Amino acid sequence: MRLHRVLAVAKKDVRIYYAKGPVVISGLLLPAFFFLAFTMGREMSGTQLVAGLVGMTLWFTSTSISPVIAPWETRDGTLERLVSAPITVVEILFGDVLASAVVGVAITGFATVALSFALGFSIAHPVTFGTGLVLAAIGFSALGVLLAAVPTDQTANVMMLATLVKFSVIFVSGIFVPVENLPSWGRVVAYASPLTYFVKVTKFGLGADGGAGRWLVGLLCFFLVAFGLAVVVHRRTLPRRL
Amino acid sequence: MTTPPPAIAVENLVKQFDGLTAVDGISFQIEEGEVFGFLGPNGAGKSTTIRMLTGILRPDAGTARITGWDIRADTEVAKSEIGIVPEQFNAYPDLTAWKNLMLVGELYSVPRQTRKSRGTELLRSFGLFERRHTTTAEFSKGMKQRLMLTMALLHDPAVLFLDEPITGLDVESQQLIRERITEVNREGKTVFLTTHDIGEADRLCDRVAIINRGEIAAIDAPEALKQTIERTRAVEVSFAEELEREVLAGLSAVEETEKRGDTFRLTTPDPDAVVKAVTNVAQEEDLTLRSLRTLGPSLEDAFTALTEGA
Repeated sequence: MRLHRVLAVAKKDVRIYYAKGPVVISGLLLPAFFFLAFTMGREMSGTQLVAGLVGMTLWFTSTSISPVIAPWETRDGTLERLVSAPITVVEILFGDVLASAVVGVAITGFATVALSFALGFSIAHPVTFGTGLVLAAIGFSALGVLLAAVPTDQTANVMMLATLVKFSVIFVSGIFVPVENLPSWGRVVAYASPLTYFVKVTKFGLGADGGAGRWLVGLLCFFLVAFGLAVVVHRRTLPRRL
Repeated sequence: MTTPPPAIAVENLVKQFDGLTAVDGISFQIEEGEVFGFLGPNGAGKSTTIRMLTGILRPDAGTARITGWDIRADTEVAKSEIGIVPEQFNAYPDLTAWKNLMLVGELYSVPRQTRKSRGTELLRSFGLFERRHTTTAEFSKGMKQRLMLTMALLHDPAVLFLDEPITGLDVESQQLIRERITEVNREGKTVFLTTHDIGEADRLCDRVAIINRGEIAAIDAPEALKQTIERTRAVEVSFAEELEREVLAGLSAVEETEKRGDTFRLTTPDPDAVVKAVTNVAQEEDLTLRSLRTLGPSLEDAFTALTEGA
């Protein structure tokens, strides 16, 4: 894998897709309103509240555009330009993941700092939190890229699938209800969600007990599986896009 | 001294879509520095072939080599030898011309300084430098096509693939692109050109291949291809005065008479006899000959004959 080609794709993605206002709005405002709707009038600890909000911000920003880049580029014919260049599928997809993750980390980092001033908390384990933030961002982005493998040039088709996945995951990831309080079947589902791992890491980063090692490993594994699957499926579906 | 490999070498290339054979075992070679025309009716397999040669589609069977590199086995090196101007504009519409150009430079691993200086030089030569900071969505069709050629040339490829490069362009852009194609070919680049404009292929190409129903129907120099068509010869005549078509249609040896503007085209197996008969008519009717010329078969005639029933 050549880094300069990955960076070229990532830079292009940021310039074209992530600089658009709606992405920032859907990454910041949507999770904020969503969260307020579910928390107002309910008793929640500060850690639960911040971890949930940070988790949702990263989840929404990292998965906001990565699912639609491929259909978008299929429609515009620009995918054919990329494919005709000396670049591999892995490099293209990693570039998409990188762009998505960078934007996710930047917006979530900004939101976390803003929240820390507003609510007066500090991060007890910044290295752990930072590592978790990066691993979760690339994992969530890889999931978005995997969803983009549907061989279509209609962004709406992929958006529908992405929305279904994104909103379902929110409810089973310990954001509104701590995982420990879920019924046993709910806990099984929660541990299949990468967002659960990030919320756990964030809670630890904020000073909660319990450690974060296994959740970091979980996030890394999730990225590897999601990205590996994305490469396999995109290789299979790519000819149908051209 | 070893002989350099052909610029493009294709052997038994096959591509099927859902059981239908789009390209059926075609083979040809293009030498370095050639301008090679690839002609065929719609659906004949032109685009599929070009997309296999440029590594966009994977062939089902056969091999294609670009300057000796196998497009399947050595994909990256083979692709870096190629510059492509596709039929459809496919630069990023939200990026400026300059950013599109720099993106291509990065993808083809052109060093930063080189891509900047070469990009500037190319944009100037294609008359786009002043508009380099404009997003390509705002470009006219001619400007878009000029930018595509600029993007195809940035990494200084050995082989240039041009898919209908002048179709639908204004005269000025057509002229500019034609000149640049000739220029880059003079610099030693091999040009693979698909076009619907047979006259264009006739003027620009050293050799032409005609593909029909996925198979190569003929491959030769334009003049040689014309010679294979024996049936079509014609005499074109124009008079200063009006003349009824029937007068010329009635001449012996004239098989068909067609009026094109103020000119009559008389198809015949014996042009000599027709020329003599026409001059007789002019004398008898007291007409002034404005022009009189004999025509051999054109590349278009060759194309039509070879693709009949397609």
